[in-house]
Amino acid sequence: MDYDPVCQIDRDPDDLVTINIGPTHPAMHGTLRVIAKTDGETIVSAEPEIGYLHRGVEKLGENFTYHQFIPLTDRMNYCSAIASNVAYEMAVEKLMGIKVPPKAQLVRTIMMELARIADHQVLVGILGVDLGALTPFFYLIIQREEIYDIFEWYNGARLTNTFGRIGGVNADLPDKFHEKWPTLRDTIRKANEETDALLTKNRIWLDRSVGVNAFSAEDALNWGFTGPCLRACGVKRDLRRDEPYMFYDQFDFKIPVGKHGDVFDRYMIRMEEMEESVKIIDQAYAMYQEMPEDAPLMAKVPKIIKPPEGECYHAIETPNGELGFWIRSDGSDKPYRIKIRPPCYMVYQAFGELVKGDMISDTIACLSSLNIIAGELDR
Amino acid sequence: MEDWIIDLIKVVFIWVWCLLIAVVMTWVERRASAMMQDRLGPNRAGPFGLLQPLADGIKLFTKEEIIPEKAKSILYVLGPALFALPAFSAYAVVPFGDKIVLGGKEIILQVADVNIGFLYVLAIGSMGVYGMVVGGWASNNKYSILGGLRATAQLISYEVPLGLALLAVVLLYGTFSLREMVFQQSGTFLGFLPNWGFFKQPLGFILFLVAAYAEASRVPFDLPEAESELVNGYHTEYGGMKLGLYLFGEYVNLGTLSAIIVTIYFGGWQLPYVDMSAFLGPVAYGIASFLVFFLKQAFFLFLFVWVRWTVPRFRYDQLMGLGWKSLIPLCLVNFFITALLVQLTV
Repeated sequence: MDYDPVCQIDRDPDDLVTINIGPTHPAMHGTLRVIAKTDGETIVSAEPEIGYLHRGVEKLGENFTYHQFIPLTDRMNYCSAIASNVAYEMAVEKLMGIKVPPKAQLVRTIMMELARIADHQVLVGILGVDLGALTPFFYLIIQREEIYDIFEWYNGARLTNTFGRIGGVNADLPDKFHEKWPTLRDTIRKANEETDALLTKNRIWLDRSVGVNAFSAEDALNWGFTGPCLRACGVKRDLRRDEPYMFYDQFDFKIPVGKHGDVFDRYMIRMEEMEESVKIIDQAYAMYQEMPEDAPLMAKVPKIIKPPEGECYHAIETPNGELGFWIRSDGSDKPYRIKIRPPCYMVYQAFGELVKGDMISDTIACLSSLNIIAGELDR
Repeated sequence: MEDWIIDLIKVVFIWVWCLLIAVVMTWVERRASAMMQDRLGPNRAGPFGLLQPLADGIKLFTKEEIIPEKAKSILYVLGPALFALPAFSAYAVVPFGDKIVLGGKEIILQVADVNIGFLYVLAIGSMGVYGMVVGGWASNNKYSILGGLRATAQLISYEVPLGLALLAVVLLYGTFSLREMVFQQSGTFLGFLPNWGFFKQPLGFILFLVAAYAEASRVPFDLPEAESELVNGYHTEYGGMKLGLYLFGEYVNLGTLSAIIVTIYFGGWQLPYVDMSAFLGPVAYGIASFLVFFLKQAFFLFLFVWVRWTVPRFRYDQLMGLGWKSLIPLCLVNFFITALLVQLTV
């Protein structure tokens, strides 16, 4: 930053202006609220307030059967519902000791990585919109709609997918996927290139993002960052690599890592992860094609899911970071308690710390680049 | 015909013309942005959606009049008028064509050929900021006040490079009259280039263009509005035709700025290499000169749209930095070089 934050001067608190950014504000995605104390344009302190989208998902889970809970996970990170679905299903499968057939795992991998691309496309698009560049948003969102077409062919839903079942998936990849993917892969890459040309090579964009809200790796770890926000700070942690699940240990993909943890690094990591996801889908699809046509898609699962008494925690790398489900079962058909560890929650805690001394415009850039999803944050 | 009738007709004509440009620009903006973003844009109202601005106008006029309870009501109503009025007024001295001969009477295509037309443009142009500040202040909303504050700082800062860039032009032409400046741009420069201000003042033109974007508060300088940061900045609390006037005034402003760019840097109504008056009749020449002027103006209007949908927005401190640390020193350099060259060649 090439300006001196004036907030270091001791100010009479009466001189500060309190601005409520949100919960209804064009840049507060969903219903977030930041109570910002400002000195001119500079943020002296920012206090994020959560809970405007609290729907009691965890409590609701106690009254639903295990399968009924899957649609609720859709409503958490609605940008990539499939990742949340699979995260929950895998937690229950771990609790019951179910081994999911490989073909189902590959279908899950392909769909999850598609969801990751869709999620990152939204993030990059919205980040552009929040910084005043509206055009890349449309280039990316058109590709996202194409991805949503695949989801729609799969089970009819575009946004809240309710993907899969406990023990596998209910359906094979849709027939149209086989024709769609080779062209979609190219158009996704093309849209990314166009975005890259409009943003990464733009001086104003660099001025707005490089060095803004830089966060050290140590701080990020202390605040409990995961996912792209942590990797932007230079920590190479990705559950797909560190605690491999499904076939991720067999895929060849890079984990992009940033240096400074600023808005630019968070943006670049998303851009590169999209490319890596395309590669993963290619490899998973190649493996999928080697599978016999009639390979099972579901493990042997009882009609009524009744996990044995006990508890388990399972986390996977969703587009936003580590999404974990802790489930305690009392042996009945409903969970005794579900606790969700959303990646946004930990990231959003640090928001006040991140934007302190920055300007109002940076606050908006910071929030977009962190990809706080209110549905996941408040549950 | 009496002179005052002719003047009245010219005033009304320019007023309507400004309105028309603003109306069509709202359509161009939406269709062109749609074109750039792989969308269709408004295409239902009339052919190619051309009646969309009309539909918008009807909507804005028939909306409920809402004045926020805590707003300072007189200023709140005055704000949009203060914004739109200077935008229209500045057009008065712009020569939008050469002359037309009707019924043996020579009519100059300019509302008022004042010898300080140039200063008038600068003076009136800087009045527009009052509309933003008053609107932002009267709304009694923190976002609006921030927008108004940003507008004040931005417009006043960029007034300086705008004026300095133009001052170099005054040195070059040795006149304050915009009409006189256009006449001086006929013929060729260095034997092959059109004798336009642009070729004599390339740096000055770029500086002026940047400052003009900031004056019009368009992307990348749309900080007073900054939808994603300040909701809508100074006009957050406005609705109906009061909001319409703000949006309208912005487009009229664009029209005026484009007209000034064309007048000062791109030879006004003249075509390069061709003298239209030599082979066109007096009436046809008048119309042709007006059309040439309009085409040049239309290009710059489209440039405003083009840039808007291409680049992101500056941050407040970066905007100030660009204005004071880059533009003003460059303007001074440009001014100095121009002064030197004028001194050496004349």
